[in-house]
Amino acid sequence: MTILDITLFLPLLGFLALLLVPKDRPDASRTMALAVSLLTFVSSLGLIGPYWFRSPQGFQFEQNLSWIAYPPIRYHVGLDGLSLWLVLLTTLLTPICVLVSWKYIEKRVKEYYAWLILLEFGLVGVFLALDMFLFYVFWEISLVPMYFLIGVWGHERRIYAAIKFFLYTFAGSVLMLGAIIYLYNRTGSFDYSGVVAMITSGRLALTWTEQILLFLAFFIAFAIKVPLFPLHTWLPDAHVEAPTAGSVMLASVMLKMGAYGLIRFCVPMFPAASRACSDWIIPLAITGIIYGALVAMVQPNMKKLVAYSSVSHLGFVVLGIFSFTQQGLDGAVYQMLNHGVSTGALFILVGYMYERRHTLEIAGYGGVATPAPWLSSVFLMTTLASIGLPMLNNFVGEYLVLQGAAIANFTWAVFAAIGVILSAVYMLWLYQRLFFGRASEEVSRHMWDLSGREWAAMLPLLVLMVWMGSYTQSFIPPISAQNARILDLSKAGVDFRVDTRTARSAEVARVR
Amino acid sequence: MLLDGVLTERSKRALAWFAMVGLSLAVVACVYAYQFPGTAFNNMIVVDGFATFFRVLVIAVGILTVLCSESYLRGERAGPGQYYALLLYSIVGQCIMASANELIMVFIGLEISSIASYILAGYLRDDRRNNESALKYFLLGSFATAFLLYGIAWIYGVTGFTNLTEIRRTLMTPETAPSISLIGVAAALMFVGFAFKVSAAPFQIWAPDVYQGAPAPVSAFMSAGPKAAAFAVFMRVFLTAFNPIANRWQPFVWGSAILTMVIGNFAALTQTNIKRLLAYSSIAHAGYVMVAIAADSEIGTAAAMFYLAAYALMQVGAFAVVTYFVRQGERYTSVEDLAGLGYKQPTVAAMLTIFLLSLIGVPLTGGFFGKFYIFKAALDSNLIWLTVIGLLNSAVAAYYYLRIIVVMYMHEPGEASATAPPVSPALSLAMWGAAVGTFVLGIFPSALLDFADRSANLVK
Repeated sequence: MTILDITLFLPLLGFLALLLVPKDRPDASRTMALAVSLLTFVSSLGLIGPYWFRSPQGFQFEQNLSWIAYPPIRYHVGLDGLSLWLVLLTTLLTPICVLVSWKYIEKRVKEYYAWLILLEFGLVGVFLALDMFLFYVFWEISLVPMYFLIGVWGHERRIYAAIKFFLYTFAGSVLMLGAIIYLYNRTGSFDYSGVVAMITSGRLALTWTEQILLFLAFFIAFAIKVPLFPLHTWLPDAHVEAPTAGSVMLASVMLKMGAYGLIRFCVPMFPAASRACSDWIIPLAITGIIYGALVAMVQPNMKKLVAYSSVSHLGFVVLGIFSFTQQGLDGAVYQMLNHGVSTGALFILVGYMYERRHTLEIAGYGGVATPAPWLSSVFLMTTLASIGLPMLNNFVGEYLVLQGAAIANFTWAVFAAIGVILSAVYMLWLYQRLFFGRASEEVSRHMWDLSGREWAAMLPLLVLMVWMGSYTQSFIPPISAQNARILDLSKAGVDFRVDTRTARSAEVARVR
Repeated sequence: MLLDGVLTERSKRALAWFAMVGLSLAVVACVYAYQFPGTAFNNMIVVDGFATFFRVLVIAVGILTVLCSESYLRGERAGPGQYYALLLYSIVGQCIMASANELIMVFIGLEISSIASYILAGYLRDDRRNNESALKYFLLGSFATAFLLYGIAWIYGVTGFTNLTEIRRTLMTPETAPSISLIGVAAALMFVGFAFKVSAAPFQIWAPDVYQGAPAPVSAFMSAGPKAAAFAVFMRVFLTAFNPIANRWQPFVWGSAILTMVIGNFAALTQTNIKRLLAYSSIAHAGYVMVAIAADSEIGTAAAMFYLAAYALMQVGAFAVVTYFVRQGERYTSVEDLAGLGYKQPTVAAMLTIFLLSLIGVPLTGGFFGKFYIFKAALDSNLIWLTVIGLLNSAVAAYYYLRIIVVMYMHEPGEASATAPPVSPALSLAMWGAAVGTFVLGIFPSALLDFADRSANLVK
């Protein structure tokens, strides 16, 4: 029993405990949810230690127990530099989401928090699982709570959005299940490290067709989740219709499941296929960056705007991953965290405004800065972080991705940079339309300033924006160490099965 | 012989708990008989792990059905005596099917089981839908049985045997093997008969009408018990007797599996009647089992066995909720009637949600593990496209199951759920039993899987 198991199973216990809370005492449910999620966060803080900065080898806190004897499915969990911060992001955002929902959710409170806490269990599990079967189990578990969160507590078109969300993800993931079973039949193991070792050592020689098909089966599941253009269409619906906390968890953590899967599974397990397919993946990623930004620009609905901006931001992540450079990968992982912090914050702020004015239409606002100066300052800071102002978090991630892309292929970087410019356009324009100008009477009456609870939810994120933007050394070393290993794995595989046309892209790039 | 528990009880006009005791004794008898594996009655009956597995399974389905029926029959003011007698009679037939080692026994078991089910489907005499259902089931069912019988006659004609082991031996030896076309006709005729009984395409047309019209607990029973037993003989006949010509029938099972999955799932998409929807879903699930049979391997057999067990629990569980919900005269059978059930009867709705998630194949439920195991078997036998089609089908299926969950939790309560009565203890026992079973199979499948694996070895 390590601190990792505690972090993982506390939410499950919390979920069961929440089911026992009487229905007619909503405050008890709220307090219980907050207590559980804070406790989980505190326990997850115990995962940070000096070893992450002393060039760690392999997985920390590994736990490997038998779950099902045959086929050999194991409860195998562990943490490395890639999953470390993603787990912490999840455990940090859950109590924030509980706080954000405190007043917003008034009906069926108990069920709401139960699903939210169960969602945390699934998400943490996804990042920790080192057995592919276990990974799939957590992957699917996280789907069900989110489906209910959107479908029951969402806005008008919530049912459509919830079903679309579920079906898209489910359709992608069944193919991944097929691929996992296929790998098992070839290797006799679901163990992630074991299978990767077999592939890199050449003991499991997959033919080119096999490799491509398996890669695609995994890739489509992850690309839907990321979402990569043109598989993104579920995202605007789900984000817009979800309740605030749902949008936050969806944007900040669930999208990262896809990117995490790409780095964890696709790249090291099918290196040659990854490189071959990057020829069309990167153009899609860049299209996503620009398309997302352009569509965001013309949205009249602010939640939809933030949703499309996510498509754009996640395009950077995919670009970074498939540039196969150290900088690109580091930037991609960092950008995953940054997006989690800043877009999470944006969704929270949009949620605050909706609670006051009960509309998501940008046109319904204007001049909010006068009645609610603190709200507008916080919003401004989040906006600046989101567009990548130096000293704030997104800048670092975007810079690294662009550098990585430039090393691999300068043209990519040029096109991707257009996305950075466009993001400034749509975000600043949004800010201008919401906060500047004269406040109508309606706006002044409804837009009161931030309450203590609302501050409490936002403050950690604001601190992180500055911290992650100005002192990256606290975060990057474990990520880099892990990425270097993944990059090595991805090369070892390529060298082993020489395929000249794929190895070209990024061999230049090992500048560390 | 081993079913004495059932038989004696049948002769009396058994009441619900009497039937329960009988069935429980039958389980004990089955397990006890498993201590002495071998054949009996001139090699007509075989006791092995495979037979025991399916006998315990159909009896378990019977127990759940009895639990569901009690309050339903009271609501409909129908006499329980004949009902339970017929139910037990049908279960006897299925037990014989499960352990038959001889085509004549297969036929006898099938007839006992089917005739009792025909009557059960029309048990509420005054109900028009019941009558329609029973008549359709009877006419089409006897037609299919005729095919089967013709197949049996044919095989006896060309090989001179009705014993499965003997047939297998005859086909294996080149000198005695009759020409493949003659055997092919026999196998095809029997395939039609079995495919009808398991509601596999293209012989699935009867299922939706029959399940929709029959009394809800009877639909629960029919969609699990007879189906499992029919699959048991299907596998026993095709994997034992016709195993030597496996490469000939495999393409047909392959095609039928795809057709069954696709027809079942796509037809279910547009259904508004919940019983009909579950009927189509049961067709689709038969398709998944056909995938396992198409794999033609021991793992495939084990996967089919495990899946049928998981399927029986979730399907009977779902029908148990329907039984509870339809109320007197089966007034509320549309999906829309479930609106808001999640808030009026949270426990029942949670149960139905569990069964539906299991039918979708969400991890930690028996349905997921069953599907996983089937596709593993199919990939093992290199049926890659069949697996891909099956996997995509299960994504399609998610849609119509989710729709039910949507109605329960995301629509405001309607008249039907607002007036929902409390759940009777027997029914709630059935639901809890099925739900716990679903989770146990999903989280700790090892025990049952091991047993299925070991039994699958014995099948040949």
